Amino acid sequence: MKSSRWVRQWRSSSSQHGWVAIGLHWVSALLIIGLLALGIWMVTLSYYSQWYHPAPHLHKSFGMLFAAILLFRFIWRLINHQPEVQGKAWERQAAHYGHRVIYLLLMAIVVSGYLLVTAEGAVVSVFDWLDIPASPIQFERQADIAGWWHRWLSYLLIACIALHIAAALKHQLIDRDGTLSRMLGRIQ
Amino acid sequence: MINKRLITSLFLTTGLLAGTAASAADYVIDTRGMHASIQFKVKHLGYSWLDGRFNSFSGEFSFDESNPEAAQISVQIDTGSLDSNHAERDKHLRSDDFLDVEQFPDASFVSTSASLDAQGNGSISGNFTLKGVTKPLTIEVSSVGAGDDPWGGYRHGFTGTAEFAMSDFGIDYNLGPESKNVYLTLNVEGIRQ
Repeated sequence: MKSSRWVRQWRSSSSQHGWVAIGLHWVSALLIIGLLALGIWMVTLSYYSQWYHPAPHLHKSFGMLFAAILLFRFIWRLINHQPEVQGKAWERQAAHYGHRVIYLLLMAIVVSGYLLVTAEGAVVSVFDWLDIPASPIQFERQADIAGWWHRWLSYLLIACIALHIAAALKHQLIDRDGTLSRMLGRIQ
Repeated sequence: MINKRLITSLFLTTGLLAGTAASAADYVIDTRGMHASIQFKVKHLGYSWLDGRFNSFSGEFSFDESNPEAAQISVQIDTGSLDSNHAERDKHLRSDDFLDVEQFPDASFVSTSASLDAQGNGSISGNFTLKGVTKPLTIEVSSVGAGDDPWGGYRHGFTGTAEFAMSDFGIDYNLGPESKNVYLTLNVEGIRQ
């Protein structure tokens, strides 16, 4: 038990993630992995599967919930310090750009999913509780184009997540710099 | 009236000069003014009809009251223009589970024989190409009406219906036992050339 002390503050500092940032990270992780798995599975369902309608409905609902969380996360990131990235210079650079790429992918996947569903003016129903209207701007072959990007950017995201996890484990287990335990709320 | 007679006689003269190739019986389907539609319907679970259409197509036909058996029609359909008023379903229908419009962007019907009365009621047989598969198809035809339009032209409109099994054209996605067939309705208004 080198360190059993836990972060107490909500806000992030230049050395620690606050609880809000930590919570956002792990809730996002859970939602992203769940949405990716659900998305890959649901497109294989046959027409007579009892999940044929509920699975996409859940995917869209949790997807829009994730969009709200992502938006809040951007705001939170803007009004908080960022803990310094650990590692060698090139690692810090790679992490800097890598995180931005993941954020961009997440945004693009959310937007393309929304454009796919609303391509012909339909609303996105969130848990049968909230209807998000279609964008007033529509374009030719919107569902096909948005669907193509939604699928392939998601595959790219999976590759980025694999790298992200590998890098976190490398820092934690090989460099032993506590990058992962910092994201779990341990004080360094 | 004099003008009209003059034009008619000019047409007849031109027709005589050109032989039988260009007769007064050639029509172009009015897709510019969209007085035409190609609709399809499939039963949903056997409980109701799912309706859709192709928004983009073109075609021409020939029909001569004095020689109705010589009638011909050809129609080209842009399969990507499929529209069933539901974005996710349309995307699915355009995918390779159904029409695979990326690989097969065109469908067509080209008639080979006609069995019509002088009004244009009867049937037309021909080759229907869908998803790269060409098979014979017979369209039941009824004439809706014909005559001068208010803008100096002459129009003749028909309704045609046809039915085929999706599996005949390589579409094997299982929509259920009651939903194996597609019913086509073609509403065509031709403007005489």
